[in-house]
Amino acid sequence: MMESLEQIKARIETNLPGARIDIVPNPGPSQQSSLLVDNEHAVDVARLLRTDPTLQLDFCSNVTGVDWLDRVVTKKVKVKRVVEGEEKEEEETQQEKILGHLEAVYHLYSITQKHGPVIIRMRTADRAAEARLPSLTPIWRSAEFQEREIFDLYGIRFDGHPDMRRILMWDEFKDYPMRKDYREPDDYEYEPTPHDDVLEKAKQHYAPRPQLDGAENITAQK
Amino acid sequence: MTVSSGAKRSAVEGSRDETFKLTPRDPSAPLGMTSRLEGELMEVSMGPQHPSTHGVFRMNVALDGEIVRKLKPVFGYLHRNHEKIGENTSYLGSMPYTDRLDYFCSMTNNWAYALSVEKLSGIEVPERAEYLRIILAELTRLQNHASLLGFLLSDMGAWGTPLMYAFREREKILDLFESLSGSRMMCDYMRFGGCRVDATADWLARAKMIVDAFPKFLDEFEKLIVENEILIARTQEVGKLSADLAISAGITGPMLRACGVNYDIRKVDGYGFYPRFKFRIPLGDHGDTYDRLMMRALEMRESISILKQAFEQIPEGPVINPKVKIRAFRPAVGEAYGRIEAPKGELGFYLISDGSPNPYRYRVRPPSFINLTILEDLCLGHTVADVMVILGSVDIVMGEVDR
Repeated sequence: MMESLEQIKARIETNLPGARIDIVPNPGPSQQSSLLVDNEHAVDVARLLRTDPTLQLDFCSNVTGVDWLDRVVTKKVKVKRVVEGEEKEEEETQQEKILGHLEAVYHLYSITQKHGPVIIRMRTADRAAEARLPSLTPIWRSAEFQEREIFDLYGIRFDGHPDMRRILMWDEFKDYPMRKDYREPDDYEYEPTPHDDVLEKAKQHYAPRPQLDGAENITAQK
Repeated sequence: MTVSSGAKRSAVEGSRDETFKLTPRDPSAPLGMTSRLEGELMEVSMGPQHPSTHGVFRMNVALDGEIVRKLKPVFGYLHRNHEKIGENTSYLGSMPYTDRLDYFCSMTNNWAYALSVEKLSGIEVPERAEYLRIILAELTRLQNHASLLGFLLSDMGAWGTPLMYAFREREKILDLFESLSGSRMMCDYMRFGGCRVDATADWLARAKMIVDAFPKFLDEFEKLIVENEILIARTQEVGKLSADLAISAGITGPMLRACGVNYDIRKVDGYGFYPRFKFRIPLGDHGDTYDRLMMRALEMRESISILKQAFEQIPEGPVINPKVKIRAFRPAVGEAYGRIEAPKGELGFYLISDGSPNPYRYRVRPPSFINLTILEDLCLGHTVADVMVILGSVDIVMGEVDR
């Protein structure tokens, strides 16, 4: 049996003092919660997960990105208040604004010990076009093409990746199609004829997108 | 067909040597073949229109005479952003679209997707449906492996005949799929919580007949390949893969087991009713192309054994869980990663639900795309002719690689 996520978290924190690990709960029936790893220690944490004799997570199966837009989460929090000299617990609805960010998710298994999955995630600070995360390709080679795919479709640059280029889209392509606010061109082949509804659609497409200011200057190469 | 072993790159896990630095591309220079010419090496663009690239796949190869010194796969000719389309359709709407991923194995694609959604929303599957799924998945494995062997012989220059032998058998299985689901290749057969239609007793009898006759074809086909002098010369010691590199690079399926690593998701995860079946996992010794090829032949024998047990054990009963909502299907908030042992390796679906009818994130883990990670390591030091054989033994389908 594999260790629980709390045990893995404790193991990482004893071996790597300073690493900040959070457990991201999964409310669904699949019971697959994950570990949120801070970006500075991500490579060390990954190396530990791979080499630790009880975990031996030597097989990184799936690497993928997720785009989270800005969202507001309503929570019900119990607040203690002193009302007329008496302490009372009251329920209060609070609205928490979570800033949008990009996420890289790694599904790890162990081939030697035949257990898994352990899911680790890394988060960028914001959804800027220059979002960066450390690459885990030096630890697991299987991340090589998959991290390139995340760069291609989500626009996260992985520091330390040996070959950070677009993989599915062509090199000259701008923008990142898997982002939630991506707007596709009307036609890749020719300029739309400028009249009527075609013009309206074209105008929509040419509207500036605040998140992408400066993105058109980024080429596939560093 | 011997290759000087000094030319081979030693495969060190997780590290890339100077091959990445051979052509530092000047970002200001226009993209084109000429910008990549270097030294004595000649760059050849193999594909995308080449009969041996199994679809539209290109490899930029730097050659020293006939020896491959560098190889960069180029993807994306069939890219249609399957994942984005999946996020813009309902959960069920993606089911027929999974057929188009690996269009040779639509039944296993359906199963992997159905399994992930069942994990995501906690749906149970009736017993008969689980048996039907195993029967169809193993039939898929039979026809995929048979046609792969045919294609591989075709790549080696045995034009036509072996491929047609394999296709003759494949067509019998596709006829079964057609009579069950209405389509030869785009089956769209599984549903969340079961299967779309029940198989009749007549269908099961016909399937049993075809499976019973299959070993005769295998005997004949193995005679063609196992001791064939040309095939041995072309495949043994070609494209060797070490177990350590295979694990690090996330190689799965027959390609991983050819390196001697005992990892089959049917045994490890025990999804479906596989723990009820007796079957063995064939393992290779050398990790070369010949082992990869034989792995397919041996796996077909085990699939036949699974199928025979399934035909005996399959119970009567419903084939779909009646509690599952077909319309307005909304899984609870959460995420799930489900995976199965598809004929090409680990096929997984990663789904995030935000409670709406469409998945917030829909990700396919394509086995043949990830198995191509080490294509360069396999090909370095071999001749151009060997590249085709090595690529053939990886077993790719571009519909799944490019998505």
